[in-house]
Amino acid sequence: MVPLVYFQLLSAALFIIGLYGVMARRSAVLIIMSIELMLNAVNINLIAAASHREGWGSFVNFDGQIIAIFIITVAAAEVGLAMAIILRMYRNRATVNVDEIDLMKW
Amino acid sequence: MSLHDLYLISPQLTMAGLGILVILLDLATDRKGWLAAAALLGLAAPLALTLVQLAQLTGIYGPALDNLTPASSILAPSLSVDRFGLFFNFLVITAAALVILASVDYVKGLTRLQGEFYGLLLLSASGMMLLASATELITIYVALELTTLPLVALAAFLMNARSGEAGVKFLIISAISSALTLYGMALIFGFTGSTSLEGIAAGLGQATAQPNLPFGSYALLVGVALLTVGIAFKLSAVPSHMWVPDVYEGAPTPVVAFLSVASKAVAFGLLLRIVYTAFPEMGPEWGILLAALAAVSMTVGNLVAITQSNIRRLFGYSTIAHAGYILVGVAAMSQTGAGENGVAGGGGFATFGPSSVLFYLAAYTAANLTAFFAIIAIGQRIGSDRIDDYGGMVRRSPFLAVALALALIALIGVPPTGIFVAKIYIFTAAVKSGLVWLAVLGVINSVISAYYYVKIIRVMFLQPIPEGGAETATGESGDEQPEAPTDQPSKLTNLAVALAALATVLLGLAPGPLLQAAESAVTALSGVALR
Repeated sequence: MVPLVYFQLLSAALFIIGLYGVMARRSAVLIIMSIELMLNAVNINLIAAASHREGWGSFVNFDGQIIAIFIITVAAAEVGLAMAIILRMYRNRATVNVDEIDLMKW
Repeated sequence: MSLHDLYLISPQLTMAGLGILVILLDLATDRKGWLAAAALLGLAAPLALTLVQLAQLTGIYGPALDNLTPASSILAPSLSVDRFGLFFNFLVITAAALVILASVDYVKGLTRLQGEFYGLLLLSASGMMLLASATELITIYVALELTTLPLVALAAFLMNARSGEAGVKFLIISAISSALTLYGMALIFGFTGSTSLEGIAAGLGQATAQPNLPFGSYALLVGVALLTVGIAFKLSAVPSHMWVPDVYEGAPTPVVAFLSVASKAVAFGLLLRIVYTAFPEMGPEWGILLAALAAVSMTVGNLVAITQSNIRRLFGYSTIAHAGYILVGVAAMSQTGAGENGVAGGGGFATFGPSSVLFYLAAYTAANLTAFFAIIAIGQRIGSDRIDDYGGMVRRSPFLAVALALALIALIGVPPTGIFVAKIYIFTAAVKSGLVWLAVLGVINSVISAYYYVKIIRVMFLQPIPEGGAETATGESGDEQPEAPTDQPSKLTNLAVALAALATVLLGLAPGPLLQAAESAVTALSGVALR
């Protein structure tokens, strides 16, 4: 069996790449994609942790996998809302560049 | 799932059902005035069910219980129907009712999607009620998203650039913080092997800890830090506070009113539950972490608020500062566990910190709703939310000017208002648990906050009506404001202002009953009994 720490390193690396993408990208759509990467890093971490841990009694602990399914579902709803809002913003401003969304600051 | 399980989550279910019902009713009827009436009358259902649950807890129908959820129920680890959750149910239902009442005139100005406005508000309220009772990580995550996503949609509700910008910023920051929360949850789950808060506490007891490290291990330290950053987003506290002023300025004002009180209150409920139930032994570590966040939040919020010229943006920074004050109470409670003398006073003192947090949340809800309802009504009259345009408000609309002044005085924390009592309780709790420096900082910050609150009162009462009125405002604050100036008085909004103002004063004059309710609510948290 592959040791748990490999999965955790992969997950941490993906999460940090996603976080970098959120900060470095200027297009709102790409920022949402980077956030999806962060969520999937979490999923890898959860599933690996769940499958490497002995459950109570004779059962395997499925909680980690169940959270992952919930995260995938809610993330889909989140992307739907995000795309709707970004589309609306594009119609208003003809841009999805977050640097140009600066009507309000300080 | 038995019928009793359905009964346990019936307040949340009826609230969500009501939201969907209002959206469907919008399709069926042309008389849009019925929508708000249906939403308001419908709120009686979750309220009645919460009352029934409370009656059962206090033993009117049989033995008094701590928790209605039986161990055999499939909801047992994930939902705890106790007095703590019910306290927040009442708070959320009251706030939702007042906000709907105050937004009737506002929503009439929208050309379409009126049903969706009320529907999303109610769906978000159902998420908040779920969050207050959730005791398991999956439920907490789903409830957090159910609370936030409708609010994001509402923030972007108006068809103008400002509202869209508020929506985009709210959405991106909420998505990032939910990713951070989840990574924290994943680490805590990996370390303890459980997703329920009580299971986490049990798992922590078995795990081997490194004594010289906060929280006993790196995985848990990082997990707790990430979880705290994620919850701070909902608290509108530092370090996740950057969305607050933008959303407060751009989003529709009734939405901001709801967001600023209900969403913040249940997030504090969640924080109390996590700290007490999942980490009963780790009071000192949480105390340091939360005290630092409290100090930075109130200082940043108050200092930046001084320079603001838009009243809604000013309230955005003011709410960050208030999140700081309330965090003082949470930090104080965390230290009562293993404080200076170990035994933590005993006899009522253990509940002092968390019950003062609950009382502050209720008092803040009343005062902040008064302020925002007055801002809605004034916005409808003058079509602007720049503070300079509020000049001479006492002559143009004496009732609203006095109500807003009352709310501002309450927010400073001057008697006879609820927040005065709440601040005394919170700072006393801080001093009793050895956080004297934090209490002193809190008092200094209250004095700083008086400056910008009184500035608004001075403009309203002493300055003349600005030349040209609203026309001067259009250049800066948007010609796309839905609150076009009207001369027709908004009776329902005024009624909401009056009710909220009454609650603000009543909580200051007779805080006893609510304080008792808060005390009995926090005893439902399993960790409180341990301390």
